[in-house]
Amino acid sequence: MTELTGTLAEIRDDFQALEQNDRLQLLLEFSDELPELPERYRDHPDLLERVEECQAPVFIFVEVDEAGIVHLYATAPQEAPTTRGFASILVQGLAGLTADEVLAVPDDFPQTLGLAQAVSPLRLRGMSALLGRAKRQVREKLAAA
Amino acid sequence: MTIETDPSPEFAGYAHPERLVSTEWLAAHLGEPGLAVVESDEDVLLYDTGHIPGSVKIDWHTDLNDPVVRDYVSPERFAELLGSKGIARDTTVVIYGDKNNWWAAYALWVFTLFGHEDVRLLDGGRDKWIAEGRELTREVPQPAPVEYPVVERDDTVVRAFKEDVLAHLGNPLIDVRSPEEYSGERTEIPGYPTEGALRAGHIPSAKSVPWAKAAAPDATFKRRAELEEVYLDGAGLKPGDDVIAYCRIGERSSHTWFVLTHLLGFENVKNYDGSWTEWGSAVRVPIVTGSEPGEVPSR
Repeated sequence: MTELTGTLAEIRDDFQALEQNDRLQLLLEFSDELPELPERYRDHPDLLERVEECQAPVFIFVEVDEAGIVHLYATAPQEAPTTRGFASILVQGLAGLTADEVLAVPDDFPQTLGLAQAVSPLRLRGMSALLGRAKRQVREKLAAA
Repeated sequence: MTIETDPSPEFAGYAHPERLVSTEWLAAHLGEPGLAVVESDEDVLLYDTGHIPGSVKIDWHTDLNDPVVRDYVSPERFAELLGSKGIARDTTVVIYGDKNNWWAAYALWVFTLFGHEDVRLLDGGRDKWIAEGRELTREVPQPAPVEYPVVERDDTVVRAFKEDVLAHLGNPLIDVRSPEEYSGERTEIPGYPTEGALRAGHIPSAKSVPWAKAAAPDATFKRRAELEEVYLDGAGLKPGDDVIAYCRIGERSSHTWFVLTHLLGFENVKNYDGSWTEWGSAVRVPIVTGSEPGEVPSR
């Protein structure tokens, strides 16, 4: 695995610089920032893949554009802010990365945020599942290209 | 300094109407000295997105469970937690939460283990409060810390362990999970595959009464006559029965424990918090698959 760089590394450092309680507040900020789905997906929930490992219903969809850049879209209900926060971290952290760079993101990235105590390890598994699903979709898009 | 109970006529039929308050009652009593409002949700951040003004958060996972051993927190930790939230031993506590008060009922049950006397649920929970357009805030109160005594947890009255369930076989058991979990088609609640077990099915002779049968569409509890239809006529419980309820980790069965104990007045109901994640992975305990309760094995 390569050294984590770019936005994901910054996000990790931001979390680790905070006290436990403030880490939750930062996660809440991410949750609030989860962008709305683009219009082409808003009316087509069938295009989105449900991540079963998360406690709350969360749907993700990955695009790889002509330049090989990955775009991750995600939606989760307002009643599931932790899941929204996880999704938002990945949406922001993976933005602008190439498919190869996304595939090189360490699978244990969620465990490096220092959230296990504030959120519980069980809940963090949902974020690992999100990352795993996103990577799998990237691989499928590459194979289909 | 006990706070008056909610005199709402719709609670009058319950065995212990003092265990419930309505949203109207809570709105009228917010801020009263001696009253603490606690939110307990499945999602650890939900409180932070907006909560009832003046309420404090207690999380089932990070606050009430021991971080190492699969058990509840120690008496010292519980005292520290409640004291830090401004809750004294004689404070009236009203708990509310998401998902029809699953986690609120779980928190109330843990408070009961520690013998906190006056602890009530907000009928309808978070959903009803929001549906009625009542106020929410993101402002987190900073209650002045108070002294909460270190009280031994009593695990003998409302809590059942695996050995207790084995000894109880032949007496009424209520399985509150989904029908698919009961029959053994799946080991986890739909959408929650992270908390599975090695084997699927149910404890022999347990009756299937999914927790939601106690809930009305607006997230309140069904009224007494409807509850009696479900648990007495439907599941065959008789007044005076000793009952153990279980689910997957004990949270949905806390909801049912609350219904049987406080709304229907059963005096000896225990919640088996080890539930299916323990029973379904334990060696050589009897299990039945399929939609019928099955027979208790001869020992």
